[in-house]
Amino acid sequence: MKNTVYKRTFVVLLLILCLCALAALSIGRLSMNPLDVYRVIRERLQYGAASNEAMEVALFKIRLPRVVAAMMIGAMLSLSGAVYQGVFKNPLVSPDILGVASGASVGAAGAILLGLGLLGRQVLAFCSGIAAVVLTTAIPRLLRNHSNLILVLSGIIVSGFLSSLLAIMKFVAEEQTELAAIVFWQMGSFAEINMTEIIAISPAFIAGTAILISLSWRINILSFGEAEAKSLGMDIGKMRGIVIACASLLTASAVCISGTIGWIGLVIPHLARLLVGSDHVRMMPITVLAGALFMLIIDTIARALLTVEIPLSILTGLLGAPCYAWLLYKQRTSVS
Amino acid sequence: MQKLLEVKNVSFTYDGKTDIFRDVSFSVNPGQIICILGPNGAGKTTLLNCIANLVPPTTGEILLEGKDMDRMAPQEVAKKIAFVPQFIVPSFAYEVLSYVVTGCAPRIGILAKPKEEHYEIARNSLAQMKISHLAEKYYTEISGGERQLVSIARALAQRPRVIIMDEPTAHLDYGNQIKVLEIIKGLAAQGYAAVITTHNPDQALMLGGYIGAISLDGQFSFGSSEEIINDAFLSSLYGIELHLRYIPDIGRKVCVAPLL
Repeated sequence: MKNTVYKRTFVVLLLILCLCALAALSIGRLSMNPLDVYRVIRERLQYGAASNEAMEVALFKIRLPRVVAAMMIGAMLSLSGAVYQGVFKNPLVSPDILGVASGASVGAAGAILLGLGLLGRQVLAFCSGIAAVVLTTAIPRLLRNHSNLILVLSGIIVSGFLSSLLAIMKFVAEEQTELAAIVFWQMGSFAEINMTEIIAISPAFIAGTAILISLSWRINILSFGEAEAKSLGMDIGKMRGIVIACASLLTASAVCISGTIGWIGLVIPHLARLLVGSDHVRMMPITVLAGALFMLIIDTIARALLTVEIPLSILTGLLGAPCYAWLLYKQRTSVS
Repeated sequence: MQKLLEVKNVSFTYDGKTDIFRDVSFSVNPGQIICILGPNGAGKTTLLNCIANLVPPTTGEILLEGKDMDRMAPQEVAKKIAFVPQFIVPSFAYEVLSYVVTGCAPRIGILAKPKEEHYEIARNSLAQMKISHLAEKYYTEISGGERQLVSIARALAQRPRVIIMDEPTAHLDYGNQIKVLEIIKGLAAQGYAAVITTHNPDQALMLGGYIGAISLDGQFSFGSSEEIINDAFLSSLYGIELHLRYIPDIGRKVCVAPLL
């Protein structure tokens, strides 16, 4: 019975995602109807070029990269949120628990202060995001205590330290240009994304998602806690290491090209649990689809609602927070 | 004959100075029930965790089917030893069947997911515990007594030779306590070995198996419940006055405290 619900939910979400992607491709300053979109894509595939050049440029150079990036990044942030929540057996955890986002922010701010270009900013954000996680996971090793609690506290220590570093950078930044750039980066945007970046993060997206989804049943066992997982024969250190590495890779890859985007990694896993239950085997694929869909809708609103782009975190917060409240309302009896 | 589980000269210390317990030696054979007794803080759970391969003993060794458990892969140990934790705080609302099927984990490849055959094993374990009706329920929505039975079902799905239980009756009402003890007795009759901790020496008498007692200063004594339990032993173990009385129409000895 539960499996039928899962399959039905999966197919319905996939259909909605396809329809929304088609709609998102049609929406924009140059208005096209879905039939135009279909014709341009067909001509491009058949003859290598479309008859309407303006439409072709808008579609392939501008909208397609954004639509693909929005879906990928939504999926990555949501999936890593779901995985962190499972590993830390805490449904309130979000992907920045181990300091990925703070690390990436410091890297991006550093790149802005150094006057590096887009590529430099992305590379630095990625590297410092990963470095922050490495630092967070090194503290329990130094303390010789491998409990989840120590790891979470290490995350708080590292994030706290990095936020102060970021504050120093903001403080010394030139107000009109650098500070503005840092602030906008922290609110998240897909405006500067093109195909190159999508190709650059694709390997991380494919590998991370594939590994995590194939380990989904093991994440159920990890969520029982250390003693139980070990008594079921799991090599906790290794399994938790692999899972955290994959989730951090996904988060860092997403954040480095889009800036930090809040809420999605917290809200979407809850939505998935409400739809198909807590079993990670079913909820993780649903999280991927729902995350992609949510981000796609958010990004389309961000670029089409006003004449200026609305930073993503503003919308994810405005939509995500009430959405989260609604989810809590639905689950109010089972939350203790 | 090779012993199923053999604990040899095991000691444990947290700080390297004071032993929690020392020189613990006993063996466990199929069909045996062993109750670990001792006052609060004596180290019953620590000893149990050593036997369950959750923490390594400071000195000494534990042999599982003749092999040093410390050198075995956790997965290999888990095929022989199942652990029923004392109290489970569920973080997520898993269905009971999804929870029980995780008992098959030691026999499922690392990237694989449970198949129909594993769900069948899980359903059989639930049936064995007579709780098939809980299969579709959420783990968070069943009572403490039911949860204990579900945990034991999960241990059975692990198809172990030894089942280790930490305070299996701790959170249960009196009726459920006796039911769980009956289940443990039944499992032993089927050939499983059971090692349990308990706060109630009377439960050890009811089960009538072997007793390992840890005193507050870390001394360990072991023997059958007949030979080891008497008034003086119980009174010194718990530091209060306790009496052992034979009740003819019940047909067993009971452990009672005098009127306060």
